Amino acid sequence: MMTIKQLSVFLENKSGRLNEILDILGKADIRIIAATVADTSEYGILRLITSDTARAYEELKSHSVSAQQNDVVALTCRSMADVLATQLRSFAQEGLSIEYMYCFSIRERAFMILRTSDSAQIEKVVSKYGLSIITEKEFLQL
Amino acid sequence: MKRADLEALQIKRLKETLRVALRSPFYKTRLEEAGITPDSIRTLNDLRKIPFTTKNDLRNHYPFGLVAASMDQVVRLHSSSGTTGNPTVICHSQHDLEQWANRVARCLYMVGLRNHDVFQNTSGYGMFTGGLGFQYGAEKLGALTVPAAAGNTIRQIKFIRDFGTTAIHAIPSYVSRLYEVMREMNIDPQTDTKLTTLIIGAEPHTDAQRRKIEESLGVKAYNCFGMSEMSGPGVAFECQEQNGLHLWEDCYIMEIIDPQTLEPVPDGEIGELVLTTLDRDAMPLIRYRTRDLTCILPGECPCGRTHRRIDRLKGRSDDMFIVKGVNIFPMQIENILMQFKELGTNYLITVDTVNNNDEVMVEVELSDLFTDDYSQLQGLTREITRQLKDEILLTPKIRLVDKGAIPQSQGKAVRVKDLRKNK
Ligand SMILES: [Zn+2]
Repeated sequence: MMTIKQLSVFLENKSGRLNEILDILGKADIRIIAATVADTSEYGILRLITSDTARAYEELKSHSVSAQQNDVVALTCRSMADVLATQLRSFAQEGLSIEYMYCFSIRERAFMILRTSDSAQIEKVVSKYGLSIITEKEFLQL
Repeated sequence: MKRADLEALQIKRLKETLRVALRSPFYKTRLEEAGITPDSIRTLNDLRKIPFTTKNDLRNHYPFGLVAASMDQVVRLHSSSGTTGNPTVICHSQHDLEQWANRVARCLYMVGLRNHDVFQNTSGYGMFTGGLGFQYGAEKLGALTVPAAAGNTIRQIKFIRDFGTTAIHAIPSYVSRLYEVMREMNIDPQTDTKLTTLIIGAEPHTDAQRRKIEESLGVKAYNCFGMSEMSGPGVAFECQEQNGLHLWEDCYIMEIIDPQTLEPVPDGEIGELVLTTLDRDAMPLIRYRTRDLTCILPGECPCGRTHRRIDRLKGRSDDMFIVKGVNIFPMQIENILMQFKELGTNYLITVDTVNNNDEVMVEVELSDLFTDDYSQLQGLTREITRQLKDEILLTPKIRLVDKGAIPQSQGKAVRVKDLRKNK
């Protein structure tokens, strides 16, 4: 399975915390390719795709930031709502549950980052519906 | 000894203790003011007519105001460091030292040590009572006693190997250090040493930490309790059941009181330990408030001893706070938090009034981010909340924070912040 590395960072609910974390990564010369923040009233989780996940993780650790590296799947398609809808429908049809998803697009292309509990299943869906998956190497060149 | 006989002995010794105490300037005034004479004591309940003695009383009558014997009879003193104000001083007669050594020997015998054992004491010697207290106790038992004192781990390990040490007295964190250094030196404590028994105390630790020490060193580790005001080590000690510490009730009367109301609490309920010495003639202490929190374990010990057991210490009574009429001790909360491997060791309890309602908030550090799934983080906070509610009977608010987010004060950590206006 072609997964890419994502960094999940615990975000304490405290003003300026997001900035502190981005500063740490910035000083280490780490590029951020995609980011999303999800939060509840008590805390948030910042999810990042960066130019060097392993090093970003070490940097955060050395600043006592709670973080975790995990695997996600990146798909690409045309950035039209109906195309995205079709792709998502294929997951639903196969009964694949998605823990979370975030998207961004560059001009005409949309990129979807997905986390699922079942990566074997997603592999099946990808090949069955001919979805285009992108590798970490391709991703980092974006 | 049968319970009834033990209690009869306590009454007899209490009367004698009062008779002796009346010879000290402090107790003469204190007891006369309260109208107490040895004849005031008919049953053990009469003890409650006597006023408490506190650490401040010791400080205010520094150094010899509580000495009941002639100074000719006093042969040794131990003094506490006294970080605030006067230190406290405890004076001992020959008889007191003899009885103290007997108590420690009794403790060591209880955990299976005999005169063929080699006992290495890693306590600091000098004013600290863990040094001489265990030295004389182990000698009284007849064991070969090595006054290794604190520090110099490599030398400690050399002694353990060369002298065939079977038992060590150490604080738990030092045991971990000994083990680490043995590993570095390629020494397997289970095969390369004769260690069987560890006496651990003076430093709070959980039962899980004890089990870990036992497993890594291949020994049995026993908890001990003592304090310099009560002579030193040998006040209470675990038996081989390792479930609570038998407090020597022929030498001390114990009471557990609510630190706020000063009324006794039922067995099994946490409160402040109050001790009266029964066998000390240079400087008896009556109803001394130890500030240590514990509870009496109800029921009899399978070992058959009738001296009742106290639970391992649950912190200091000064740390207690009251919310909605419930007494809460930080240690109760700590014990629960420490069971979650997802959490770090630092926490802060904040009590505040929100909309006329007293609320408890617990901030606790994550040991690391163990998931990037919200529902799991929420599940964790829910489970912590549930377990804390079972323990303290209130629903606290839990806030997970980053490691290092809770400020570490120098020395003793501040665990409770009470922001209420009318506490
Ligand atoms: Zn027992």
